[in-house]
Amino acid sequence: MNSPHAASLRDAALVAGIAGILAFPFVGLLLTTEGTAPTLSTRFPEFAGAVVVIFFGRLGISAARRGHGLLPLVLGLAMAAGGAFSLVVEATGLGASGTAIWHAFVPGTFLSTVACAGGIAIAGLAGRNYLMQGRQPAERTPLPMGQLLLWLGIALAGFAILLPLLPGVDRRLIDVATLVLTYVMLGWGLNIVVGLAGLLDLGYVAFYAVGAYSYALLSVTFGWSFWVCLPVAGALAALFGILLGFPVLRLRGDYLAIVTLGFGEMIRIILLNWYDFTNGPDGITNIGRPSFFGLPFASKPEQGTESFHTFFGVAYDPVHRLIFMYYLILALAFVTNAFTLRIRRLPIGRAWEALREDEIACRSLGVNPRNTKLSAFAIGAMFAGFAGSFFATRQGFVSPESFTFIESAILVAIVVLGGMGSQIGVAVAAIILVGLPEYFRELQEYRMLAFGMGMVLIMLWRPGGLLTHREPTIRTRPAPA
Amino acid sequence: MNDESGRDSGRIRIRVMDYFAQQFINGVSLGAIYGLIAIGYTMVYGIIGMINFAHGEIYMIGAFIALMAVVAFGISEGGLVVLALLSALLVSMALTSLYGWVLERVAYRPLRGTQRLAALISAIGMSIALQNYVQLTQGARVKTLPPIIRGGFEFQFGNTEFIVRLSTLQILIVVVTLALMAIFALLIAKTALGRAQRACQQDQSMAALLGVNVDRTISLTFVMGAALASVAGLMVTLYYGVIDFFVGFIAGVKAFTAAVLGGIGSIPGAMLGGLLIGLTEAMWSGYFSIEYKDVATFSILVIVLIFLPTGILGTPEVEKV
Repeated sequence: MNSPHAASLRDAALVAGIAGILAFPFVGLLLTTEGTAPTLSTRFPEFAGAVVVIFFGRLGISAARRGHGLLPLVLGLAMAAGGAFSLVVEATGLGASGTAIWHAFVPGTFLSTVACAGGIAIAGLAGRNYLMQGRQPAERTPLPMGQLLLWLGIALAGFAILLPLLPGVDRRLIDVATLVLTYVMLGWGLNIVVGLAGLLDLGYVAFYAVGAYSYALLSVTFGWSFWVCLPVAGALAALFGILLGFPVLRLRGDYLAIVTLGFGEMIRIILLNWYDFTNGPDGITNIGRPSFFGLPFASKPEQGTESFHTFFGVAYDPVHRLIFMYYLILALAFVTNAFTLRIRRLPIGRAWEALREDEIACRSLGVNPRNTKLSAFAIGAMFAGFAGSFFATRQGFVSPESFTFIESAILVAIVVLGGMGSQIGVAVAAIILVGLPEYFRELQEYRMLAFGMGMVLIMLWRPGGLLTHREPTIRTRPAPA
Repeated sequence: MNDESGRDSGRIRIRVMDYFAQQFINGVSLGAIYGLIAIGYTMVYGIIGMINFAHGEIYMIGAFIALMAVVAFGISEGGLVVLALLSALLVSMALTSLYGWVLERVAYRPLRGTQRLAALISAIGMSIALQNYVQLTQGARVKTLPPIIRGGFEFQFGNTEFIVRLSTLQILIVVVTLALMAIFALLIAKTALGRAQRACQQDQSMAALLGVNVDRTISLTFVMGAALASVAGLMVTLYYGVIDFFVGFIAGVKAFTAAVLGGIGSIPGAMLGGLLIGLTEAMWSGYFSIEYKDVATFSILVIVLIFLPTGILGTPEVEKV
């Protein structure tokens, strides 16, 4: 065996060994403490399967990285085949009903899926190497990114507008799309704070919660309609943004991050425990649904009133309301986007970006850092408040469950993965981080594991975010052709 | 009549003192644990300036491994308890340190030198992934451990019914924490590794030019932090007897709060911050409401940061243009 292959083997063995040591207590053992005495049971087949998959995966990846074609191709295909085989065995029940020896070789759905997907990825890498062999890599011409992104944005917006009318679009897809758009809007709102003003806010979900609870309480207590509550909820969230921002905005980046995180948790704890006001963990139910210019989406309108379907003379269909919700959040998101794009050209928007780049220079030039930061914080919070009332009206139910730290983390991840300040990047990142996992709910146990690992992998792959290109706000000379 | 009420108020005062003493004892033991976790945050922040968001999860993993080791070594109330606990501690420290090392190697090192937020996002991703990894492999239900170390001292002041309890375990927690603190202070002040760490903290490229292996120093910092977190994990498991996959998050946030409170980058500061957070939590739970103890903790953080932006023992930062 020649030396590069020996080195690959050694490397793969080392990685598999370390992974084996790490995984042993969690994968190889199972701790049960129910019953009289705590016991440890072993799960060696799963453990061995995991180590073997890691060994061959690592071997394949390192060989593919070194530009080999054949070895990783064979390895990848074998892994994919093995994974698929054990998935089939499991799905058809051969593993359970057959002899015990079968069962020992079926390492579980998750591992099989990982082996299958990893094998395909390695084979793909290897295939590319194979095709590229003996060919010079094509000279890359720099693409006109600004133009390209503009067209991508227009295409995405057009697609979003037409989505409910496309054939083959079902309720589930519209539901997922509505959810994704909520996150797009929240991401754009947070982008003002993190991307433009450079303030790391890990408690953005607090303002979302304020918006949702404002609408929920106003609607349930006073029976106010959605359209009246929307500005009120936004204003209340902005007020909370100012209240929180006032004392803490002079803190430096990471301190600000942890204080905002603490604030987000505080709001959640208060919502959870202030039973008289928020109904605690039970949440608020029967929140009013929005109407279409005064026409409710009810199957049986109250006596003497008209509902959407009677007014337009169409048959009642619950999907009408879903589509209306979809367009509502789409409109709100577009408003957020348009606002952000316009305000970047105003003095205040330029002050935000300048502050992000250099606070001391800003102060010397007469920009008031506190007021500038406060305005970014308040406006970002306002959009979260709008999105919050939309969330409340869409669900018809709010509880503190929906406003945990993980939501804030997802939002910051969307902004950073999107490339900090890039509006289209935020939309793309929201589709990847929220839409994809939502659409694959079947794998829900593994969803969050894959989500966390995906965050790490995307960051490692593109540390600057998915779309790092950002049009300069001001050009001192005309754009290069 | 007058005499009677005087005696009553005296009794109440003694009871107040007793209750305070009890909460103080609880707060100090809790604070010692927070302090141990906080050291991991503060060392990492000091050396590479990032919030190691997954440190809480490292602590959770340490607690799980410690609990498994305790169960594996079959602890009964026999004479070998100390030996078994010590071996559980060593196993847990070794494995958790490896987790810390791999975490840095896989998720943070490739991102060093890129934008600052990238590492934080990677850390948040790691935190989510580790939490779900443990939940998937070990189940979502809490794991319990019956008390192993029993006994302690009871104090009774005056002729009140209220008894102040100081358990052996609480003494053990404080003693172990103090011993580890002393060892670490020596390590940082006297050894070559400590010198390298302090050098990297001041100026990484200069340290590298002078022959300090920066990568190795940073790796060892993570290893040390993880080892301390696993000690905290074992002690929490023994103290409360209940852990689950989610314990890392809230403990991590509080420990980070402690690190910031004490002045990030300063190890005695982390300990002091931990004690203050532990005491705040115990006192608030004892005198006000247990539901809002976390709100109290975060409020303290906000107040301290407004009036002492660099924490209690932190060095003020000089802004340079």
